Amino acid sequence: MNASEIKIANNEMREVSEQVLKLAKKYGAANAELSLNRGAGLSVEIHKSQVDKLEYNRDQGLSLTVYMGKNGKNQGSATTGDLSSQAIEDTVKAACNIAKFTGEDKYTGLADADMMLSDSVNSDDLDLYHPWDLTAEQAIEITRECEAAALGFDKRIINSDGASISTYSGIGLIANTNGFTGIMPSSRHSLSCSVIGQKDGDETATNDMQRDYWYSSTRVRAELESPEVVGIKSAERTLARLGGEKISTRKANVLYSPEMSRSIIGHFTSAIGGGSQYRKSTYLLDCVDEKVFPDFIHLHEQPHIKQAFGSSYFDKEGVATSNRDLVVDGVVQNYIMGSYSARQLGLKSTANSGGTHNLTLDSTGQSFEELLKMLGTGFYVTELIGSGINGITGDYSRGAAGFWVENGEIKFPVEEVTVAGNLKDMLQNIVAVGTDVDLRGGTRTGSILIEGMTIAGA
Amino acid sequence: MSTFSPLQQAQQQLFEPAGITDSQLDKVFSHMQGADLADLYFQSTRFESWGMEEGIIKNGTYSIEQGVGVRMVVGEQTGFAYSDEITFDALTASAKAAAGIGKAGQTGKVKAWQAKEATKINPLYVADNPLAALSEDEKIALLNLADKEARAASPYVTQVMANIAGVHEHILIADIDGNLNADIRPLVRMNITVIVEKDGKRESAGTGGGGRYGFDYFTQADRVRDYANEAVRLALVNLDAVAAPAGSQTVVLGSGWPGILLHEAIGHGLEGDFNRKGTSAFSGRVGETVAAKGVTVVDDGTIENRRGSLSIDDEGTPTNCTTLIENGVLKGYMQDKLNARLMGEQSTGNGRRESYAHLPMPRMTNTYMLPGNDDPEEIIASVKDGLYAVNFGGGQVDITSGKFVFSASEAYLIENGKVTKPVKGATLIGNGPDVLTRVSMIGNDLELDAGVGVCGKAGQSVPVGVGQPTLKIDGLTVGGTEA
Repeated sequence: MNASEIKIANNEMREVSEQVLKLAKKYGAANAELSLNRGAGLSVEIHKSQVDKLEYNRDQGLSLTVYMGKNGKNQGSATTGDLSSQAIEDTVKAACNIAKFTGEDKYTGLADADMMLSDSVNSDDLDLYHPWDLTAEQAIEITRECEAAALGFDKRIINSDGASISTYSGIGLIANTNGFTGIMPSSRHSLSCSVIGQKDGDETATNDMQRDYWYSSTRVRAELESPEVVGIKSAERTLARLGGEKISTRKANVLYSPEMSRSIIGHFTSAIGGGSQYRKSTYLLDCVDEKVFPDFIHLHEQPHIKQAFGSSYFDKEGVATSNRDLVVDGVVQNYIMGSYSARQLGLKSTANSGGTHNLTLDSTGQSFEELLKMLGTGFYVTELIGSGINGITGDYSRGAAGFWVENGEIKFPVEEVTVAGNLKDMLQNIVAVGTDVDLRGGTRTGSILIEGMTIAGA
Repeated sequence: MSTFSPLQQAQQQLFEPAGITDSQLDKVFSHMQGADLADLYFQSTRFESWGMEEGIIKNGTYSIEQGVGVRMVVGEQTGFAYSDEITFDALTASAKAAAGIGKAGQTGKVKAWQAKEATKINPLYVADNPLAALSEDEKIALLNLADKEARAASPYVTQVMANIAGVHEHILIADIDGNLNADIRPLVRMNITVIVEKDGKRESAGTGGGGRYGFDYFTQADRVRDYANEAVRLALVNLDAVAAPAGSQTVVLGSGWPGILLHEAIGHGLEGDFNRKGTSAFSGRVGETVAAKGVTVVDDGTIENRRGSLSIDDEGTPTNCTTLIENGVLKGYMQDKLNARLMGEQSTGNGRRESYAHLPMPRMTNTYMLPGNDDPEEIIASVKDGLYAVNFGGGQVDITSGKFVFSASEAYLIENGKVTKPVKGATLIGNGPDVLTRVSMIGNDLELDAGVGVCGKAGQSVPVGVGQPTLKIDGLTVGGTEA
């Protein structure tokens, strides 16, 4: 969506929003909140320089929650992709009808009015919207260049699993009957490449094939890595995996690459999520003021970083976001809550309805090479598959691939093994966080070195 | 029962409001001349869900979605656009965008589009609205019953969360050759999750079931009580679980849901798109031995009312029972139209898509292994030292290397031929092309799962089923902590 389309969408969505909230009141809602979105994009995927898929995306949606009943504590929701006035009316009626059958829940309702963002900020200051009027022809040319760089990199790269580009831009609106309306335009562009290698470079062989990929993803087109860089990185990563071996079962220290380290932070943040806390379905129950990491671990939330994927001035309930510490000197400072779980816990919302906004785990100062030396002999994990996490006990067991490291040097690729432990111990056994930060997501961390895990293999 | 055919009902739902006519479809397809394959996928979906927690019906959602996806295929290339408006103008705009792919291949010859006589389809489920099979009060009563039964099952239950969800979907597929096919699909699901606490230890477990039925499926045969009891049983078992072993073990997999092994280890690797592109560890291996003698695996979309079943796939092809592996030998792939054509094969009725806003691709339906002759008790008795895994969470596979995982949520040690202590959940990892060569015993107790499976591929989710008899595998890596 270009700037003039965004402007039109902005006005139309404000009108729809007012209409929906008015209708909700008309059909008996004490309060209501909604989100609206509209966006458009283009994606192209090629395979061996032939276009595989050319896709035009155009989406819109309305999601409404109403609060009814004598205390305004009976909730109902409805969503629609059709924004005709008939569909909007049907959607409002559907939400109100549902609320006639749900039970009264004293914790439900809009976020507290005094916590909502005041109208004075402008989401444009976050600099999240940089549309790209990419044509299909340009998209094909870029992906061809990217894939060609990968396929031409080494004769052991025998096939492509596709190179793709996508650009999407749109606008999101959040509003409620406390008078809050927040609007945020944003864009996202991605370029990725995935190629297949075979250790003898034999195109007809189907054994010993390995695949890996690389991608670049940004809000600003100019910040994307070049097609050649993305292609070459995907080829290098694939080649590094050729000849992977299964190692024997053992205890070992494990170094997680930055991309994989993000998942460790994810397992921590879901454990301190308000929902996990009030349901008592977490391995870190009642952990505020508890030291769950070593002294040197600090984790922050910074919702206002310009051009970052997780940035926003308000959460999904309109609550104002602000910088905060989640972990200081290894000690948990607070949970991650929207107003519902906060009320269940007798606390205040932390502006996290809908998730966190840019988490940063501070580095302990070592480069990747220094971390390999610290690891000495152990397992460097670059891929995890499966979802073997028990959130209530912290038991952790996942499929892994990566490299065996001896005396600080990568020796050979490893595959078909698992890494296992308990997250409570794993968080305590972190010994370092690298400076090699991956900026491609809402959580920023370098490589994490964890001692004392179990590797199951041959 | 409605007196209209599914095609008539779908036309009423999808064509009549916008007044879509044959001559309009002719004009839309005229923008896609020169296509090897072009189709319009009209869809409308009504979704409803209700959730209960802490004994309160906390939320409910109703959703209305509709739209049309327009696809044009030329050679290996696909152009695709979609719209959430079903109007002639929106169809024309989407067709022009999708045709961007075919500029080079256009031919001048235009033949008028005309609907052919509909092929007879054998419906595997009733077309009635599954959401209307129960009143709102009856739906809520189901959730309250789940809460009551779970709490009655054990004094250690501290939380019960229950959810029911249902979908009523109308689809209509028009292709450039004049074929017009429709399907009306019901799908319902119930999930119950409990948290138990005993002596300061907490565990949680979930179960559920469903299929292509109305919501009244859950009022029958004490299903809610059975789901609740099973969730509580599972959570209590895991309270006493000891650390799982680490390393290669003889593994006995229970019947039913552990069939996720087949879905991950071989199913995805046998989808036509990966094999056409040569990216699967199974590429070019039809006719080779990839499993032990006696192992036969099928993908069967034709079982009545199963969650993974479809009367026709999302390209209008009737579903089949496709043999993937017969007595240990790889027989064939699962195909959609595009990949079948490029590989010189026929579609197997496995062309599926998440919605009108997604492109179809080869996907599984219900994937299972046929039963063998072994008594499940004898299978366990034959193991001196091993793992008996009977319930699983999710799984994942790397198609190219063939490495796959699936995570056990209920497992026991086998010691001297007897099932003994429960062990904590652990991920099992193996290599798809050879794991089934290590199957040494096949039970006579084929069972299909309860009907809650969801499969994700390339960002698209579709409902699927799995199944298998009890299986003994000589050597699979178990990812526990007891090295």
